Amino acid sequence: MYRYDDYDFALVRERATQFRDQVARWQAGELTEDEFRPLRLQNGLYVQRQAPMLRVAVPYGMISSAQLRALAHVARTWDKGYGHFTTRHNLQFNWPRIEDCPDILDYLAQVEMHAIQTSGNCIRNITTDPFAGVAPDEVINPLPLAEILRQWSSFHPEFAFLPRKFKIAISGAREDRVLGWFNDVGLRLSAPENGEPGFTVIIGGGLGRTPVRGQVLREHLPWRHILTYLEAILRVYNLHGRRDNLYKARIKILVQSLGLEHFAQQVEAEWQHLKDGPATLTQAEYDRVSARFGAPAYKTLPDDDADFVLRKAENPAFARWAARCVHPHKQPGYAAVTLSLKAPGQAPGDIRAEQMEAAAALAEQFSFGEARSSQEQNLILADVEQGRLFEFWQIARSAHLATPTVGLLTDVTCCPGGEFCDLANAKSVPVAHAIQARFQDLDYLFDLGDLKLNISGCINACSHHHVGHIGILGVDKNNAEYYQITIGGRVGNRARVGEIIGPSFPAAEVPDVVSEIIGVFVEQRRPDETFLDTVDRIGVAPFKNRVYTQRAHGTAKRPQQESVA
Amino acid sequence: MSILITAEGFSEDVWQTLPAGDELQQALPEGARFLFPLAFWQARRAEILARYPHVGLWLEPDAELSALFEAGDLPHFEVIAIHFPRFADGRGYSLARLLRERGQYAGELRAVGDVLHDQLFAMRRVGFDAWVLKDGKDAQKALSAFATFQNPYQGDVRQAPLFRRRNGTAA
Ligand code: SF4
Repeated sequence: MYRYDDYDFALVRERATQFRDQVARWQAGELTEDEFRPLRLQNGLYVQRQAPMLRVAVPYGMISSAQLRALAHVARTWDKGYGHFTTRHNLQFNWPRIEDCPDILDYLAQVEMHAIQTSGNCIRNITTDPFAGVAPDEVINPLPLAEILRQWSSFHPEFAFLPRKFKIAISGAREDRVLGWFNDVGLRLSAPENGEPGFTVIIGGGLGRTPVRGQVLREHLPWRHILTYLEAILRVYNLHGRRDNLYKARIKILVQSLGLEHFAQQVEAEWQHLKDGPATLTQAEYDRVSARFGAPAYKTLPDDDADFVLRKAENPAFARWAARCVHPHKQPGYAAVTLSLKAPGQAPGDIRAEQMEAAAALAEQFSFGEARSSQEQNLILADVEQGRLFEFWQIARSAHLATPTVGLLTDVTCCPGGEFCDLANAKSVPVAHAIQARFQDLDYLFDLGDLKLNISGCINACSHHHVGHIGILGVDKNNAEYYQITIGGRVGNRARVGEIIGPSFPAAEVPDVVSEIIGVFVEQRRPDETFLDTVDRIGVAPFKNRVYTQRAHGTAKRPQQESVA
Repeated sequence: MSILITAEGFSEDVWQTLPAGDELQQALPEGARFLFPLAFWQARRAEILARYPHVGLWLEPDAELSALFEAGDLPHFEVIAIHFPRFADGRGYSLARLLRERGQYAGELRAVGDVLHDQLFAMRRVGFDAWVLKDGKDAQKALSAFATFQNPYQGDVRQAPLFRRRNGTAA
């Protein structure tokens, strides 16, 4: 993974010093609460329901063993012994004291970590494919460009006070694993037959209150131009995005109000001035950054490891884990492996200090000392030799990191929700646990196959409930916690928002409702159909009918989601 | 009179804003140095130039710069002030950069309004070279903000991006 040079180190240290000074001025009353708030947010520090929350950046999801150990140390020293991985690669601590944050950031700076722009109305952490660099369907390795984007976006002088937050995702593979259609800007591989590879630029996607699938702003942008082109987009947004209404301030609203064509003209006009300017990338810079990632020292191995095949045949539990947690790799004899953070009883995405250390040790022993955090709130070790997977599994299992349910119904993506988050309408983790408790039978879960369940505690949609195959959204109904359900959402190249099935339910009914939805699927599915296949074939109505026929009508609140014309 | 911060230190601000009144029609005021609102300047350009040897411009964050560029107005101004109604309103950063880079504006560019310590560093990078801090803020202390970072990554109005300056090589 990318190793800092002296410039990178100096910047994170200067940042830690700056933040310490800001905290001191706030404590001395020289900065008002209103003045301090955007400053602390731009450093990932929220004040939440129970305590402050510090969101540490894991740039584009890459994290080293040393960094995992440092996070474990932070969790033990300044928090309650655990952290929480978000759906945007970052790691949140739920219990630090504000006064301690400068020390935490000084400590993290030593291992090349920071909390720069993990919140606030600025360019946020760049997200990318957790299988970057190893996916068989990859054409451009996005990691060097993601690091170049990290550097470019960190303390960009022109774009520190945008109308609203700004999220960029980049993918270099044929399949989109970065939610490219639902970011402010999605950069998706465009690899013309004869021509320089580059990116299709998708603009104005987003989830939250107003879910919108992005639109193609430019079919093909050669990679050298990504910075100048992004600057053109951001300048148009910075000058013309709405600042009078928080809910209308994202770039998607600007694109909608101008219309794609008019917006594109403005970007193009701006870009004509910036194109080929000093921010145009060079091959030398790309190569320099690539070199700092270091090339993994792969061994020459046979394609399918005999031991791996044999062990699977002998050991059904191992086979089951391998079926869900081991992923293809472009290098013969290697695999990428998911360490599940969805162990029963643990909040989805939560990771205890011991587990961070166990993951660090596994990464060190098996995967060049590197891990990635995924949008599904799991960890991925990208470079494991197939012949060592059995040994790997045994260690992972003892650290409760080998729950074999990746991509199944109980691999729930879930935000911290009402127990922590100030903005929540409802709790999310207890709902996840209730569903996980209901569906414990692994044979049944495996039979159901690919099923993505996402739970958000409010319309901000941090857990991407709109794109869950089943999405659950916490809503407030006369001060009671209710849950609205969508089905048919999906990620990937054909990503789209799910359909709301109808009025919301109280918490106690949610597992029943999920069971009923699954029941319809099981009855109606054809052989080899996934849940989405069945939904696409039969539509949402049969699910609706099953769920609502036995229930009283007229009491539930109307769906909250705004439609977007 | 307010204190004006520059990267070199402090000075007294000798520029005035127009007295409130029936904006576009009012008589030209007595005095030497005024920051004229954009619409006033555009409506009374010839009179202003005939009357005052020193001319300044006051821009709100929604200012449309293209007309200024097209009319070739920028060389007339000794000072352009960009108003920040709220410090979290970042439009002024893009305006500053456009004035410097596209308009090749070479006079003083000052930030006025809700201007605070922690914004000075980035403001300087986009082309501001003078600041009137919000009332009650410690101007002496704010000077330390100019030393926040030694080598930022991006290019700005003063220098090329770090990747073109690393180890002194222009890639
Ligand atoms: S979805 Fe809502 S409740 Fe959940 S973390 Fe985001 S803001 Fe908080």
